[in-house]
Amino acid sequence: MKIKKIISALSVLALAVTSLSTTAFADVEVDGGYDYDRFRGKNVTLQVYNWGEYISDGSDGSLDVIGEFEKLTGIDVEYSTFPSNEDMYSVLKSGRSQYDIIIPSDYMIGKLIEEDMLEKINFDNVPNFTKYCDKKFLNPEYDPTNEYSAPYTWGTVCILYDASRIDEEITSWASLWDEKYSGQILMFNNPRDAMAIALIRLGYSLNTTDEKELKEAADLLIEQKPLVQAYVMDEVYDKMGNSNAFIAPYYVGDSYWIMETNPDLAVCIPEEGTNLFADAMCIPKNPNLDSNNDEKRKEAQIKKEAAEMFINYMYETQVALENIEYICYSTPHTGAYALLDEEVRNDPFLYPSDEFITEKTEAYVNLPQETNRYMDQLWTEIKISGDQNKWAFPLMLVACVAISVFTIVRRFIKKRKDNM
Amino acid sequence: MKKTKLLSNLYLVIIFLFLYLPIFVLIVLSFNESKKAGSNFTGFSLKWYKELFRNELIMSSLWVTLKVAAISTVVSTVLGTAAAVGIHKMKKFSKSIVMNVTHIPIMNPEIVTGISMMLLFVFFRNFFHYEFGMVTLVIAHITFSTPYVILNVMPKLRQMNPHLYEAAQDLGCSPVQAFWKAVLPEIMPGVISGALMALTYSIDDFVISYFTAGGASSQTLPITIYSMVRRRINPQINALSTLLFVAVMLILIIKNVIDESRQKQTEKRGGGF
Amino acid sequence: MKSKLAAAPYLIWMAVFTIVPLGLVFYYGLTDQDGNFSIDNLSRMGMYTNIFFRSIWLAVIATVVCLIIAYPLAFILSRMDTHKQGTMLLLVMLPMWMNFLLRTYAWMTLLETNGVINKILGFVGLGPFEMINTQGAIVLGMVYNYVPFMILPLYSVMTKIDNSVIEAAQDLGSNSRQVLMKVIIPLSKPGIMTGITMVFVPSVSTFIISRMLGGGSNMLIGDLIEQQILGTSYNLNLGASISIVLMIFIFMIMAVMNQFDDEEMEGMII
Repeated sequence: MKIKKIISALSVLALAVTSLSTTAFADVEVDGGYDYDRFRGKNVTLQVYNWGEYISDGSDGSLDVIGEFEKLTGIDVEYSTFPSNEDMYSVLKSGRSQYDIIIPSDYMIGKLIEEDMLEKINFDNVPNFTKYCDKKFLNPEYDPTNEYSAPYTWGTVCILYDASRIDEEITSWASLWDEKYSGQILMFNNPRDAMAIALIRLGYSLNTTDEKELKEAADLLIEQKPLVQAYVMDEVYDKMGNSNAFIAPYYVGDSYWIMETNPDLAVCIPEEGTNLFADAMCIPKNPNLDSNNDEKRKEAQIKKEAAEMFINYMYETQVALENIEYICYSTPHTGAYALLDEEVRNDPFLYPSDEFITEKTEAYVNLPQETNRYMDQLWTEIKISGDQNKWAFPLMLVACVAISVFTIVRRFIKKRKDNM
Repeated sequence: MKKTKLLSNLYLVIIFLFLYLPIFVLIVLSFNESKKAGSNFTGFSLKWYKELFRNELIMSSLWVTLKVAAISTVVSTVLGTAAAVGIHKMKKFSKSIVMNVTHIPIMNPEIVTGISMMLLFVFFRNFFHYEFGMVTLVIAHITFSTPYVILNVMPKLRQMNPHLYEAAQDLGCSPVQAFWKAVLPEIMPGVISGALMALTYSIDDFVISYFTAGGASSQTLPITIYSMVRRRINPQINALSTLLFVAVMLILIIKNVIDESRQKQTEKRGGGF
Repeated sequence: MKSKLAAAPYLIWMAVFTIVPLGLVFYYGLTDQDGNFSIDNLSRMGMYTNIFFRSIWLAVIATVVCLIIAYPLAFILSRMDTHKQGTMLLLVMLPMWMNFLLRTYAWMTLLETNGVINKILGFVGLGPFEMINTQGAIVLGMVYNYVPFMILPLYSVMTKIDNSVIEAAQDLGSNSRQVLMKVIIPLSKPGIMTGITMVFVPSVSTFIISRMLGGGSNMLIGDLIEQQILGTSYNLNLGASISIVLMIFIFMIMAVMNQFDDEEMEGMII
């Protein structure tokens, strides 16, 4: 049913933009006044690195965002994908590949800035950013001076639940601890997101570095463990979509996606507040920009400008609109937002009110390494809690001894046999 | 005798059912019209097959996967078979040391192998100038698949009559000829199952590839698939798997038909592979 | 004598691409973040005893089940017409060419409480059974994924057992049990050893199976290592320490296995 709305919104858009300037080569409508043609024929290649399935790719009648960019500018895009922020970080950190555009999440951007792994974006080359980016997403906590990143999408964490089997209205994270739903609760299978929910319940900051608060949160999760059916990430699609569990926390955009297969599902943002996340486009450091070799430096500068052109392109209204409709997350682009279907625009979960965002949500920031390690250790404790078998270690020792004795005896016997 | 035959056929059927059950699920889902969450069958549709061929990312990763698998299988089979022959002739002590080393890539968790090879390639960059990509990826694949070839060939060598090789040489063969004419035919089933294993591992490997590949030109299909997991697996992947499955099945059937007719013609023993 | 040289390229290859990286793993496992020697990470292992125990236990069960399933199958395959054998072998391997993650997803679909198997059983009036998120499901996942690696080496040694040997034993008055125990099993020992190695080792270090079929609460060593390396804490050193301990365990178990291999002590030191 959403598809229909998207199509109708698209046709409105198509009418609206015909008056704007167009480029002869491409099917996508862009704002006038920006020279997308300046790198045509110069053999420029951009390496773009994004989450998997996180861009409109032309399937199912959507816009082929990358293909249209190539047509529009003559720049060749080499597109590759990563499964998680941490995977991407390990690729960048070890210097396995050079990328021109990456799209990580908030706290990871903070980490990359801290470790001096990003270039400053020259926003003069990205006029659409100033024109269209919603003011409330400027200068975010992870990039306080807004020099390194341009938001791509954002969203919140919500509770997804099966309204046909849960009679009450879910309004609180406490429902994830409700014994009524024992064995039907799903939980995040990564330490940061799971701990965040416990921290919110306790009224602490998501970004706390206080070990006592973190320990309390871990204890809360240990208390929850017997009720949890499974710790999941993407498995939630199958499990909630096929009614194999009652209730699960997940990202709003994906929850809407799941809801379309299973009409029994409902979404809520708990009253205690939630995590606000954002993914943003950044340009990784390119050592050639400081090269002594003139040619290399020039080439790197062209690449950087082309990357800025890419960001500008992603901020074109039609591109941003079609992309967000494909992804189903929330857009920071005011022009695209205005063209969305009214029902989507007024959706309290996809686009919560400004005061809710400022008062009730908190974004992740990059935590110090010690806190991350402490959290990981707590996470392991949570995972192994409840099945601590005090006999395990002694048994293992006994097994080791038995094995050694057996081996020695066996060898001894064999030797005697051979000698006989 | 007939009863045993029946029983063994029944056993085969049960095992193959077990092996192919999830594959059937995959095939059914590839015709599912819904693009949303995985496994609710909402209607029949062929659209994923149509769109598959327009998906540049998937098609290029498929091509990379096949290329890497082909190169690494050939190299590791040759390398591994030669190594097995050499190791077989070694003295007990050096043999056991080499076999221990051979077990390392198998014993190490994939992720550790991946990380350690990444560290190695990063370290090498101090001396040579290169970027991660096809070459590092292929080297990694050869490294983890060669031991499987050796492990498959070694038992064959052990079973082989040790005098066969000498006999061939006594009859005037050069060592190389003796290998080709006497040893290789004997160990062929081991070589083939080793190669098959190398190929299988190479096609399916994600973790090690992830740490040793670099950039879009060496992104394999498993990497593409794993990177989809935060959102969901694109149903086009199901369609691709189905096509791959059908293609291999067709080859098998055609080969079988040819074998059968050839067998009828010559009334001799069929050629195995 | 010269045929020893055939192993030379491989030896060089392994020295560069296996020994050196292994050295790096040990280096990381025995140092802290700043590269100073430290055994802090190793001494933390006590905390993970249960995880080690569970991983080894499940992997042992999976290996035994694989052996039980694969042994008759390999024997049946090896007694087939020669031209059929190749086809059957490929049929055994073919499922592995479908992506691992997709196969595991498919098993999830099958095993869920509302899944395909329970629905079918429902028609007959059985169930629903709690199949997913159990250790049984993890073992099933391991068996499914690694049983071809048991079948292949077993098949490859069994083709070498001549029918005439079996017939001779029968002529000499052995019953079928004796034929199995005294002829077939001893002759297929090398294959059994190889098969056990190839199933046990990946089973003990797997991580995706336990996450998807075990519901994420049955943590295995593989999960633990992955969490150190691809988790937020990015603790290569701890990850390396855990893998050192894992390697030692595997070596030990393999050494025990080798005690049963009378033919020749190859494979492991000890």
